[in-house]
Amino acid sequence: MTATAAAIRLQESPLSPDTATRRHRQPAGEPWFTTLRAGQTVRIVDLEGNQAVDVIFYAAGDNTEHYSATDTLLRQGGIYLTTGSVLVSNLGRAMLTIVADTCGRHDTLGGACAAESNTVRYALQKKFMHNCRDNYLLALQNADVGLGKRDLVPNINFFMNVPVTADGQLTFADGISAPGKYVELRAEIDVHLLVSNCPQLNNPCNAYHPTPVEFVIW
Amino acid sequence: MEHPTHTLDNPPADQPVDAPALWRRFAPDLPAERVVWSEVVPGGGHWSWRLSRGTALRFVALDARANVSLVLYAAHNLLERYNMPDSLKAQHTAHYRAGHVLMSDMGRALASFTLDTLGWHDPLGALLDTPTMEAKYGVHRYEAHRNGMHRSGRDGLLIETGKHGLTVRDQIAPVNLFSRVVVDGEGRFVFDTERPVRGAQVELRMDLDVVVALSTAPHPLDPRPGYAPGKVGVAAWRCGPAPADDPCRRFRPETARALHNSDVFALS
Repeated sequence: MTATAAAIRLQESPLSPDTATRRHRQPAGEPWFTTLRAGQTVRIVDLEGNQAVDVIFYAAGDNTEHYSATDTLLRQGGIYLTTGSVLVSNLGRAMLTIVADTCGRHDTLGGACAAESNTVRYALQKKFMHNCRDNYLLALQNADVGLGKRDLVPNINFFMNVPVTADGQLTFADGISAPGKYVELRAEIDVHLLVSNCPQLNNPCNAYHPTPVEFVIW
Repeated sequence: MEHPTHTLDNPPADQPVDAPALWRRFAPDLPAERVVWSEVVPGGGHWSWRLSRGTALRFVALDARANVSLVLYAAHNLLERYNMPDSLKAQHTAHYRAGHVLMSDMGRALASFTLDTLGWHDPLGALLDTPTMEAKYGVHRYEAHRNGMHRSGRDGLLIETGKHGLTVRDQIAPVNLFSRVVVDGEGRFVFDTERPVRGAQVELRMDLDVVVALSTAPHPLDPRPGYAPGKVGVAAWRCGPAPADDPCRRFRPETARALHNSDVFALS
């Protein structure tokens, strides 16, 4: 267990987008499904600031292995992700490592919004608003790689600030991200990325203004 | 940044459940003691429900351009599902109206048309996909339009069926309620834009326990310009299983046998 699990560890990347093999602009509110090979690096850029990017990682080729929030948190001894955090699978394998981070805090507990949970959290009449669960389901349906609803495990919310207070409250705080801040991860194994660029308009996770982000891949 | 108004209209804590009896506005003839729930699905919206045998869904077109792309799966085994060709050939029909049943691939009635003010609902299985939608109406995605974005029927049904563990391989041809497509002498589709649809009602009684998924996106053959799918009122009420003198049983020998097959299954 590391003593620095809760610390913010800012680290800039030596990589230049000029040498990237792929640059992908992810529109606000939309899903994306893609694959990284072991050794590849992906940078997620918060283009306009305070945009929650909801991501689940799956081991490519083995649908039983996926990012595990609980294994990841237990392994590092704390709830926040930042430079040096290793994303661990449900089978205990290192899937990705955060190698750079200019934001400093990413959420592991807030999960992804859904029409159904919106009815509980906000109002019954919110059920037809666009949401991350719909994005996830549609992206998995179109990917058709055998992943489905049962595989929608607790996700990471990059750039989202969900502090747990000393008295045990889970709070959705204003973000600490800003335009151009980024987080960079190196794939340790072949992984699928399932992304929802969160469309939530009912809480400040996107500053009430969902915006695009960029994925840069080397 | 000014917050969108819909972030500010959450119900007050002293009245936490904002579930108005919407059915009283669009289907006030329903027996109040038997109504289970009601919804107004916005145009382009999608949802799904698990419903018990003996429950009816009343659909009411609240705008002129309402369409409901609807699919049915048997709840006991999602491999049993609505089958378009079996339903059409068994009932010798290319349209649905009161009396018809929606048959599964297992020869059972999943649902029956117990009420209908239009006389024709499109059974030919058309479903709007996103490329077609964007080519026809332009690109209206979330980033620029938020919840005013255009939604396709195919994506809506993929999301809803995915909630029940079904995948793209399980997509089936839907029924399109409130739409009428005729086939001309040369076999070409002609979508009826003249028929008044606003206020029309149609009701489906569930003859088995089912999963129903729907999208209120436009019918793909609707030639009218602009993406403007109508709102649809939906109310569920306990109507009970088909009685012995049910009009759908008497409609045709085939509907009688399909409903008999459902009875046998339900009683077994």
